[in-house]
Amino acid sequence: MSGPSTYVPKSAIGRWFESRLPIMGLMHSSFVAYPTPKNLNYFWTFGGILSLMLGVQIITGIVLAMHYTPHVDYAFQSVEHIMRDVNWGWFLRYTHANGASMFFIAVYIHMLRGLYFGSYKAPREVLWILGVVIFLLMMATAFMGYVLPWGQMSFWGATVITNLFSAIPLVGESITTWLWGGYSVDNPTLNRFFSLHYLLPFMIAAVVVLHVWALHVSGQNNPTGVEVKDVKRDTVPFTPYATIKDGFAMVVFLAFFSWFIFYVPNYLGHPDNYIDANPMVTPAHIVPEWYFLPFYAILRAIPDKLGGVIAMFGSIAVLAFLPWLDTSRVKSASYRPVYRVFFWVFVVCGIGLGYLGAMPAEGGYVIASRIFTVYYFAFFLIIMPLLGLFETPKPLPASIADSVLARGGSASAVAAGAAHAPENK
Amino acid sequence: MAEATTVEPTRRDFLYIATGAVAAVGAGSVAWPLIHQMNPDASTLALASTEVDLAALPAGGIMTVKWRGKPVFVRHRTAKEIQEAQATPLSQLPDPQNDADRVKKPEWLIVTGVCTHLGCVPLGHSGDYDGWFCPCHGSHYDTSGRIRKGPAPRNLEVPQYQFVTDAKVRIG
Amino acid sequence: MTMIKTKLSLTILGLASALVAGPVLAAGGHDTMLPERQPWSFAGAFGKFDRAQLQRGFQVYREVCSNCHSLKRVAFRNLSEEGGPQFSEAQIKALAAEYKIKDGPNDSGDMFERPGRPSDKFPAPFANPEAARAALGAAPPDFSLLAKARGYSRGFPLFLVDALPIPGGAYQEHGPDYIVALLNGYSKADDPNWNDYMPGNKIAMAAPLADGAVDYTDGSPKTLLQYSRDVSAFMMWAAEPKLEERKKTGFRALAFLLVFAGLLYYTKKKVWADVAH
Repeated sequence: MSGPSTYVPKSAIGRWFESRLPIMGLMHSSFVAYPTPKNLNYFWTFGGILSLMLGVQIITGIVLAMHYTPHVDYAFQSVEHIMRDVNWGWFLRYTHANGASMFFIAVYIHMLRGLYFGSYKAPREVLWILGVVIFLLMMATAFMGYVLPWGQMSFWGATVITNLFSAIPLVGESITTWLWGGYSVDNPTLNRFFSLHYLLPFMIAAVVVLHVWALHVSGQNNPTGVEVKDVKRDTVPFTPYATIKDGFAMVVFLAFFSWFIFYVPNYLGHPDNYIDANPMVTPAHIVPEWYFLPFYAILRAIPDKLGGVIAMFGSIAVLAFLPWLDTSRVKSASYRPVYRVFFWVFVVCGIGLGYLGAMPAEGGYVIASRIFTVYYFAFFLIIMPLLGLFETPKPLPASIADSVLARGGSASAVAAGAAHAPENK
Repeated sequence: MAEATTVEPTRRDFLYIATGAVAAVGAGSVAWPLIHQMNPDASTLALASTEVDLAALPAGGIMTVKWRGKPVFVRHRTAKEIQEAQATPLSQLPDPQNDADRVKKPEWLIVTGVCTHLGCVPLGHSGDYDGWFCPCHGSHYDTSGRIRKGPAPRNLEVPQYQFVTDAKVRIG
Repeated sequence: MTMIKTKLSLTILGLASALVAGPVLAAGGHDTMLPERQPWSFAGAFGKFDRAQLQRGFQVYREVCSNCHSLKRVAFRNLSEEGGPQFSEAQIKALAAEYKIKDGPNDSGDMFERPGRPSDKFPAPFANPEAARAALGAAPPDFSLLAKARGYSRGFPLFLVDALPIPGGAYQEHGPDYIVALLNGYSKADDPNWNDYMPGNKIAMAAPLADGAVDYTDGSPKTLLQYSRDVSAFMMWAAEPKLEERKKTGFRALAFLLVFAGLLYYTKKKVWADVAH
């Protein structure tokens, strides 16, 4: 995906095929020869980890769908059947359920990495916006997936979230009825959610292809935020350098993931979802899955129904405008001492909103949510545009290679680095 | 490549091979749950046997019971049917088998009701041999459930079963 | 260095403010007490069920709880499966035969009752929740998943510790702890529907167990605490019958992944050895 390939197949059959469908060349230029900045840190492995998680979710999901029944009378029962009777069913279901959480952990790290190192800035605006689209699709997929076990949280989560659309003036009620296929969340809703939950991951995969394509056109950002100037000095080929590093990071991430699957599989879930859905009784505390909590806190911080819904969707939509909201000439927060402080306050604010989203909407919690919500929007809409105009960044290194060598320090390292810099094929 | 590097590559190769081998083991271990989940689950295996009460079935009657999701024919054979089945010379049979090897008690014939051609359910008391006739592709079975004519290659299968009492049989 | 310091101090500041704000904000309106942690044999990374305890717990369920509470997702055969109470198959056959299972329709179109088989699930004491409510005043919850369907939060920051592989962490037994506490939480002699641990303190069920209520044959103490621990352990097994298999597999998976990660780390170092980065 990074332009015409120099790949030449070794065998005659390979050459015959390549001249008709140059897919090996495409793979070679995208995942082998693709030049990768040599100074990437481990935060840059989360793209690979996310691809892995998408794969894990699709595979376990397809397998679970072989045993699951999307009907209000059987959904809960079929999930328990998976847990109790299906060979390895407990493993597949716990992997899929915790996999959603791991997917979001990885995507939040991936997004914050982009936010810290300015990966949304030119020439990567389209790349970033495609990422926001993936994030939205992920949220929709996760939400509908959580409805499928048809427990109490499934049902009431679906009820609350679909009711958000009733806030839309004039057509809100009709839209909600249309979403439900009835006058409340019921069998038609469950059935269509299952259908869409199966479909959306493949749409995500398609947008991921575009995301990677856009990435390979502009090249990766890097911790200095300085663009690649000399492919030979600044980069290494993707394979083996990035592949092995990504592989190591993936396995470490899988170990973290496994801890949850095997030892605390219900930690990220909610006990109420082990109770069959009951449209007549609402649980005492309705809480969305943890990855939605910051946005849920923003929703509840606004005392007006429509206002809350607008704020919640706005908090995600604002991400798409980041490339133009940030006025700084410098990408990386490593060279932006003031932005860095605001960034970490933003992270704390996001975690705080997450905590508040799980607390009852009363008293001090609401006040705290409002303060954090104000900061959330101010960070994007006020701090970012103004800071770029007033902040004095630290001097940037002349190139990626220079920054690497400066860190290495000694003259011998410089010589060694220059002598052994691998060639790009 | 200078001599000094000859030791280094072997150590390096060993590390690469070891890593690759461990990766293959990991991939294999993950593949198994994904494959095994399609095998019969614990609730299906628990239903692997079923008990049938024979008392209500008159001589000449055929009862169809469901076992492992498919029909099983329990046939209370008349003296004439038993005689026909026992008298047939093996030379006339595409899949030679003595009637005595297909029953535990001559009055009771128990066979799975699945045509050995392509899995249709044959019709009882019909066909040229008064046993079963498969309407899909025209296979004829006799009163011992043996294939006599048509495309089916084998006799109707006899499931594992045992008599719990004289009037009760457990299939599976 | 300074960057790391800024990060750290800000993170600490943020966590500290949440720490202070959390309990202060949370205080108010909650009279229910937090359950005590029980010494479960099945807790922790190497946890296993105590067979004798599960068998006693089943006895408590059968003799007391099953009069009102169903166990509809558990089959008789499960009681003989590995990782559970592991009764013998003969015991299970005899046990199942003591129950009447509704089956049918038969050839004349009628439903009929027959003795249970190991593959049958436990029949419910009431035909439906409405019948239970009519008879008892409230519908008793099904037992099959109750140990996972009940829980409580230890609040910030202990709820974070619950997830971690550290001593006192990896805490997943909120449900059974809550059930034990509940069974021992009838503290007001004059109010049989008062419970210290029930949210709102009002419970429809009067104290179901008391010292000596069930006759143990294995010499275990016939006390309320012992009964409630045993039945809670049984309920945990009923809710999570694959718990032992899960933890055993987890040990293998993690050991494998750590070795694999180590190998990849050294391979990565080798690959990158000739590049300054």
